[in-house]
Amino acid sequence: MGGFQEQFLRGLETTVLVAAISGTLGMLVGLAGAAAKLSRFRVLRMIADAYTTIVRGVPELLVILLVYFGGTAALTALVGSYVEVSALWAGVFSLTVVFGAYATEIFRGAIQAIPRGQTEAALSIGLAPWQTWLLVILPQMARIALPALCNLWISLLKDTSLISIVGLSDIMRVAVVGAGSMRDPLTFYLAASALYLMLTSVSLLTFRLVERRMLAPLH
Amino acid sequence: MQTAIDIHSEDGRHGRGAATASLRAENVHKTLGTHPVLRGVSLAAYPHEVISVLGASGSGKSTLLRCLNLLEVPDSGEIWFRDEKLDIRPPIGQNGARIGDARQARRVRASLGMVFQSFNLWPHKTALENVTEGPVHVRGLTRRAATERAENYLRKVGLIERRDHYPRHLSGGQQQRVAIARALAMEPEVLLFDEPTSSLDPELTGEVLRTIRALAEEGRTMILVTHELSFAREVSSRVAFMQGGRIEEEGPPDEVLSRPASAGLRRFLDPAC
Repeated sequence: MGGFQEQFLRGLETTVLVAAISGTLGMLVGLAGAAAKLSRFRVLRMIADAYTTIVRGVPELLVILLVYFGGTAALTALVGSYVEVSALWAGVFSLTVVFGAYATEIFRGAIQAIPRGQTEAALSIGLAPWQTWLLVILPQMARIALPALCNLWISLLKDTSLISIVGLSDIMRVAVVGAGSMRDPLTFYLAASALYLMLTSVSLLTFRLVERRMLAPLH
Repeated sequence: MQTAIDIHSEDGRHGRGAATASLRAENVHKTLGTHPVLRGVSLAAYPHEVISVLGASGSGKSTLLRCLNLLEVPDSGEIWFRDEKLDIRPPIGQNGARIGDARQARRVRASLGMVFQSFNLWPHKTALENVTEGPVHVRGLTRRAATERAENYLRKVGLIERRDHYPRHLSGGQQQRVAIARALAMEPEVLLFDEPTSSLDPELTGEVLRTIRALAEEGRTMILVTHELSFAREVSSRVAFMQGGRIEEEGPPDEVLSRPASAGLRRFLDPAC
């Protein structure tokens, strides 16, 4: 493949890095979003509703483009001269926002599936709300949310390929460039497919193992 | 004003002012949705008293119990733990009543063990872990000390050999006994039981009632919401009959249950009449 193996390897690194960072941050956004949706404060609920409605209603590709060009316009206005945001951080930001919106809904549903008595039992022995979250809600929520989170993570891995459009040198970008310069699109796109498939297979396997371990007490 | 504390237990030991109630509700009102569930309830539990609260479903007895440890916050009225008044903020506009002092609420709750109708054990924790969480995270015991304490209470409810079982692998009666051990491990001042046998099959209620009776015989202060009439008569120093969000009748079980004064209690005791 004319020296593209090494570039693919670096692309793989970038893809994993972007997915891992956006996934981790997106989980935190999702937890905050779910907490906001279930909050007793109306303003928080409204903000969270607007967030998930808008982000889930716009194609991921557009979110990335809006963040990239919007970010560049905003930074330029702020600094006073033309500043381009990095494709990596625009991508991480966009995918965090997207992952967070879906995770918000997953976590909200999972929390609501936990019987009220679980919290009450925790409060009744004098646990503080944050302890109740940590000891009682989160572990049970994680078990309920895990299958849906697995799906979301797989989507995220594949959505990273969209960032190549703003110039991120991920697997997809390497494939497009290689396909063009070597005039052998099929080989390069097959290679990229194999890499994504590898990533998703490892993910699925990991999730299955984690799920089996976590659900053991409940069976 | 005629309140619960005017009514003494049989030996007359607990007159007004003579002893401080361990736990006391004073003229408590609570509306859930648009339904007034409690309409001015006063009830006091003095040390070593076992009080059974009886009444049809919807009479407000569970809500009363839940108000005592602030799982429900009363709209008005007072809750006293010993000589300490709980800080309750009345409803404002759309917002319901809420707890004023969260630290006080936690501290008092830790001293009021509650046993729920549906057990509410944490399914992702073993029997032992269910019992140690409170001692570790609320009382600040070391894991080791908490485990030792939890094992003592699991032994007491006869489930030490099930210590490593998850709730799923325990029968309803066993789960409720673990829940009792969880409450006891906080070494509470008062135990609150919210229909502890109502979600159990008849053949499993016996083991739970035996456990509760043993606690009553130890002289623990308990408030018990129950449908088990004969059990209430047996273990209680006092019974309170609730109807329509009020305490209709209150007194020693033999008196109240044998010679009910109100039509409501007569109907409750003998629906056929």
